[in-house]
Amino acid sequence: MPLLATLRQRLFRWQSDGTAPTRLGQRRVFILPTRAGLLFAVALVVMLIGAINYTLALGHALVFLLAGLGLNGMVHTFRNLHGLVITPGRCEPVFAGEMAHFPLRLGNERATPRLGLKLEAAPGAGATRADIAGGEMQRVNLPLPAERRGWLVLPRVRLWTRYPLGLFRAWSYLQPEMRCLVYPAPLASPLPEATPTLRGGEHGSDGGEEDFAGFRLRQPADSPRHVAWKASARNPSRPLLVKQFAGGAQVELRLDWDLTNPNLPTETRLSLLTGWVLAADALGACYALRLPGSDIPIGSGEQHRRRCLETLALAIP
Amino acid sequence: MSTQAKEALDHAATPWLFLAAVATVAPHFAHQPAWLSIAVALTFAWGGWLWRQDRRLPGRWLLALLVAGGCAAILAEFHTLFGRDAGVALLVMLMALKLLELKSRRDAIVIAFLGYFLLLTHYFYSQSIFTGLWLLTALWLVTATLMRVHGGPAATARGVLRHAAVLAAQSLPFMLALYLLFPRIPGPLWGLPQDAHAGRTGLSDAMTPGSIADLALSGEIAFRVLFDGALPPPSKRYWRGPVLETFDGRTWRPYPGVTPRPRLTLLSPPIAYQTTLEGHNQRWLLALDAPSALPDDAVLSGTLTANARQPIVNRQRFSFSSVLDYRFNVDEAQPVRQRNLALPGNNPRSVDLARRWRAENPAPQALIDKALDLFAREFFYTLQPPLLGENGIDEFLFTSKRGFCEHFAAAFVVLMRSAGLPARVVTGYQGGEQNPVDGYLVVRQSDAHAWAEVWLAERGWVRVDPTAAVSPSRIETGIANALPAGEPLPALLQIRADWLVTLRYRWEAINNAWNQQVLGFDRERQRNLLARFGLPDADWRDLALILGITTAILLAASLAWALSHRPHRDPAMRLWQKALRRLARKQIHCAPWETPLALAARVNSERPELAAPLTEVVNAYLLARYSAAGNDLKTLRAAIARLP
Repeated sequence: MPLLATLRQRLFRWQSDGTAPTRLGQRRVFILPTRAGLLFAVALVVMLIGAINYTLALGHALVFLLAGLGLNGMVHTFRNLHGLVITPGRCEPVFAGEMAHFPLRLGNERATPRLGLKLEAAPGAGATRADIAGGEMQRVNLPLPAERRGWLVLPRVRLWTRYPLGLFRAWSYLQPEMRCLVYPAPLASPLPEATPTLRGGEHGSDGGEEDFAGFRLRQPADSPRHVAWKASARNPSRPLLVKQFAGGAQVELRLDWDLTNPNLPTETRLSLLTGWVLAADALGACYALRLPGSDIPIGSGEQHRRRCLETLALAIP
Repeated sequence: MSTQAKEALDHAATPWLFLAAVATVAPHFAHQPAWLSIAVALTFAWGGWLWRQDRRLPGRWLLALLVAGGCAAILAEFHTLFGRDAGVALLVMLMALKLLELKSRRDAIVIAFLGYFLLLTHYFYSQSIFTGLWLLTALWLVTATLMRVHGGPAATARGVLRHAAVLAAQSLPFMLALYLLFPRIPGPLWGLPQDAHAGRTGLSDAMTPGSIADLALSGEIAFRVLFDGALPPPSKRYWRGPVLETFDGRTWRPYPGVTPRPRLTLLSPPIAYQTTLEGHNQRWLLALDAPSALPDDAVLSGTLTANARQPIVNRQRFSFSSVLDYRFNVDEAQPVRQRNLALPGNNPRSVDLARRWRAENPAPQALIDKALDLFAREFFYTLQPPLLGENGIDEFLFTSKRGFCEHFAAAFVVLMRSAGLPARVVTGYQGGEQNPVDGYLVVRQSDAHAWAEVWLAERGWVRVDPTAAVSPSRIETGIANALPAGEPLPALLQIRADWLVTLRYRWEAINNAWNQQVLGFDRERQRNLLARFGLPDADWRDLALILGITTAILLAASLAWALSHRPHRDPAMRLWQKALRRLARKQIHCAPWETPLALAARVNSERPELAAPLTEVVNAYLLARYSAAGNDLKTLRAAIARLP
């Protein structure tokens, strides 16, 4: 099997397609008969022998028409892939253990539809089906299990089709430059104790969001994290209330690598830190993250969270 | 290359498979045992109901039981599972039962392949133009079904049917090339089952009262003849079949032993013609009386019947020459003369009558005339003669006096033998009708005939047709005019309206052309075709080479079609592409994500000298492509022309 795998790798030499749209040319589309195709060939031989034996003139014609159908079926199967335009999209980060989705846009510039296309990112990852109407574009998400944190690079994608007759399978390998950032799997644990720090200018906060100043009615643009659920629950008939801050942190968290149990494996410690980041973010708290080799100053909000998670995903402690 | 072992079939694909199954199975209902047709129809209905109710399909055990039951029933009906009819019945049953097992894509493929295979079996029964057309339609439907199965729910009925039609149309040149160039192997490759060619009508080698009258009810074509020269007159068109010499009182049969080679003296120039004989499962070839030159693979029997070495099971062409005036066995061997005088003892009155005639005047010609005169005076020619008992000839001659040609021929031979003249019955066909459209003489089963042959010293065997004495118009103009109105003739022959007759002639000429040119395309025709293209002595290797080259060219044409890429059908888009090609020559490349306006902005900063003409093009393009008002391509074209 390794020999076969090597041979396959050599034969279908792959190189990155980059991030630009790729059009499948004839050199990239391979084609072989399927098992059904071989069965079809055998059936044709049997039918031909029957037609000769019973001297059926129309039997000859039928066998020859079916042979032509098979050959043209091959061309049509090839054509189903040929000229397809594949444009890589942008991947959303996921947590380890989840499914990463690699979006690809398949463009059909022909007037006739391309049906029964299947894409598979890795053997066993499950095939994604695509049928593109004439002149249309379709977005497919290739699922790939994200097992470990860090960059998950999209492996070579196999794109294949058996349409129209199932006698041949045409396939092509795609290698778009796509990667998905995988955050460490979060581990839930109690947050470390908040270090009450003096409100000051040292961390550069503009003081706009930290001090609780009261409630106001929720507006669609407000984050659900800022909803005062308890206060709102007291009077369900009223619209939701949002906590308003008027600068000055009441809680400031320092999420430090050294706060985690040094006896635990590195990955578990990173997972614990990830859990803390998520918990702190859910609280709407301000937090700083410190890892060996990187230090993220205190902050909050979507941008900050993303930055922290990225650092955790790519950390090399 | 991993494959999913079982891909589920989508629910909406099932009606397609039913359609394919019905289209390929239904024509077999015409000749199958009724119970099988009913069982198959019920299975279809059951499967359809299960599908509509979305019920579970029957389990594996029940299906195995059904298959076993079906096989047993077929075995009971045909006493075999092989052979033509039993094999077809088996395939039909399997197709019906497979519809109860539609779960995965693989099941659907099995249905489609079974369908393709079933199409072939229809040709056992008919190869007419209509069968060809129907089967082309069925092939289209089965192919569309395969496409629907692989295209999934996104495949629309219209799209799939259209695509299947395109595919089939593209396959026709392949079919034509293969049909003309594939080396033809004359069949059969091995012994055919007993029932391979069952159910053919035609003359048989035994004649009883009524056997030819039965044939006369069939308008089926027995053979077609194309004469090299002029057509012989109707009264000379006797097509010689088996000669019947032994008579057991009721049935006439050929002499089973060996007869010496015939000796023929030609008295007129031979006329050449080509006969296209329908398969009749017998060896005789029905040459015009009397054949002087035979095709290579035929032999002449001692009674002057042209025979093939093998029974004729398929339509086949033969070239003959015949002479209309001849002397046949002037010196006939004594044993032959002797056996043509033998009579069973069950017709004493006829024997008495003939002996009395002989006592009056023993001259052979006088005896013949006496008999013919009797027929002409008192007898009627009819397709529905009364049934005859044990002393058939006596009853016919003295009581019923009504009969068809076999009655007259038999009675005449009995009278002649009783009078001491060697005589025998000759069966075959008489007459034929020329189709003015293609010039072929068409001889039908209804032209089947029986006449007599008498041996006279110095003259040999002489043909005497007693029917001609009763009904001269039978010989001159054919059976349709000879019979009184109300006789149950084939409908085809009763048509008298001119335009209908013309229509029939045309239709039969088309059928003949189909038979001759399409179905009759054999090794010889293939050789002639290649000779016409400058390859007179092509053997199978040359054929394989030519075929390979032709197929490669056709495949290349198909591939060229597949690779041809017409990127945009929108004319404005096409013009924009043209403008981009021009810019590319100036080293300005439009990135795939760059909009026309973005490109214009970039060019404005990078290559200011091109900015003005490009901006003009971009504006014209955007207007032509997106503006609601006018699709003004002229402006765009002019703007592109102004690009440096």
